[in-house]
Amino acid sequence: MAGEERDIKVVIEDVRKTYQGRTGEVVALNGVNLNIADNEFVTVVGPSGCGKSTLLNIIAGLLEPTSGRVLCNGQEVHGTGKDRGVVFQQYALFPWLTVKKNVLFPLDMRGIKGFAAEEIAMKYIKMVDLEKFADHYPKELSGGMKQRVAIARAYAANPEILLMDEPFGALDAQTRTQLQQELLDTWEKERKTCFFITHDVDEALILGQRVVIMSARPGRIKEIVDVDIPYPRNQETKMDPHFLELKNHIWSQVYQEYLEVRK
Amino acid sequence: MASDKAKKGGVSDKARNWMWLALSLAAAIIVWTILSVLPSTSRSFPNIIVVFQQIPVMIERGVLFKDIQSSLISVGLGYLLGFVIALPVAILMAWYNPFRRIVEPWIQFIRNIPPLAYVPLIVIAAGVGRKPQVIVITIATFLIMCITIYQGIINIDETLIKAARVLGAKDKDIFIRVLAPASLPFILTAVRLGASVALTTLIAAESTGAFAGLGMRIRSLNNNFETAPMLLYIIIIGIIGITVEKIIKLLERKLTGWQEKREI
Repeated sequence: MAGEERDIKVVIEDVRKTYQGRTGEVVALNGVNLNIADNEFVTVVGPSGCGKSTLLNIIAGLLEPTSGRVLCNGQEVHGTGKDRGVVFQQYALFPWLTVKKNVLFPLDMRGIKGFAAEEIAMKYIKMVDLEKFADHYPKELSGGMKQRVAIARAYAANPEILLMDEPFGALDAQTRTQLQQELLDTWEKERKTCFFITHDVDEALILGQRVVIMSARPGRIKEIVDVDIPYPRNQETKMDPHFLELKNHIWSQVYQEYLEVRK
Repeated sequence: MASDKAKKGGVSDKARNWMWLALSLAAAIIVWTILSVLPSTSRSFPNIIVVFQQIPVMIERGVLFKDIQSSLISVGLGYLLGFVIALPVAILMAWYNPFRRIVEPWIQFIRNIPPLAYVPLIVIAAGVGRKPQVIVITIATFLIMCITIYQGIINIDETLIKAARVLGAKDKDIFIRVLAPASLPFILTAVRLGASVALTTLIAAESTGAFAGLGMRIRSLNNNFETAPMLLYIIIIGIIGITVEKIIKLLERKLTGWQEKREI
């Protein structure tokens, strides 16, 4: 991390996760070690089935590791916690609640009610540029708008670390680019620790300070690439020769893993 | 999106729907009239005028309102009981696996048996009168509603529960704030399907030695081949059915209009 000393937010220690599959034990993750610094933006790439979502679910506390452990602020993770927020690929908005009420949900769970809650919710709805849609139901929104609401909702919960599980994976290329830029701008402002999973090398590079490359079955960390490209970044960064150099390197690493999966 | 379309052609869309409905009704009356003329079907299908002349006749006999009332009470009671039992059983099935493993096969097994088949057993156990009628309708509506609600609950999108959990919801919040609203559409579907089953079970229910009722009257009119009042009663059952369905559909639109997909 460019020689910078930072507090460690999350420690992933020798995490292993196995499932009972139909043909026997499946090792989803094996020997995963990673530290995430405070305010850091870490992205994870790897072929599908490399266990990157499993890793995110373990950090979130939605899954328990078979062995090893995860520490968040020095506390061992068991179950979900208010210090960790998640944005899912499938948006996971409550369809029976309007945009505003979706964003109010985590506030309500924290006992924040009334005008104070309303103010916080509207702040984040404005952040994602949806104040005109505050009283709309999710079904009236496009995929990109839904994911913006999910991001606003995750921010309203005010977690210390944001876990994002291929949040832009279901969106078209233009919307995805736009949301990447919005996320970059927000991160530069708020510097909230981000752990972002994707299968898109471009996306991993434009967003992350470090890109974690995962190997296929069993999921392990293959390589960690420091992205020494300064912020603010934008779409032009993607033309930068150094960006392309890193992209080539990461892509060849990921491609090897794709070939492994296909064997 | 959808509201744009409504703005452009809202009124004419509605008018067109009514026009088609009127056309459908007119066509039905024509088919009916043809059936009333054809020699092979004329005895079963007296024409529309003869059938509607039966309304004052049946009122005068003092049975029409009594029959409607009696059937509505049996159907209403049985249906209500069916729902009150189905809801907790469905929740228990979804929540506690051993319970489902034991109970679900029973429900699937009984569901495929026509109620008319087990009516005699119920009469032997419960005697004649209102009780066996309510029991038959309770069983039939319970089965369909329980399965529908259970299927709905287990198909609730798991990411919604995960999302609620990471947003700070405890088990109680998840039950009240996520599972309850998420299963409301399935509960309403069950309510609609249950209403339909309640009516289609009416004949079986009232073959338990009922003293009045639409189903019982159809059977007794059959003894004298009085086809005109029979047809009238059949139409009344149909009208009750479609009215109840419309009311429940309205309720569904009001309560679960937030849904992405409309189910059948």
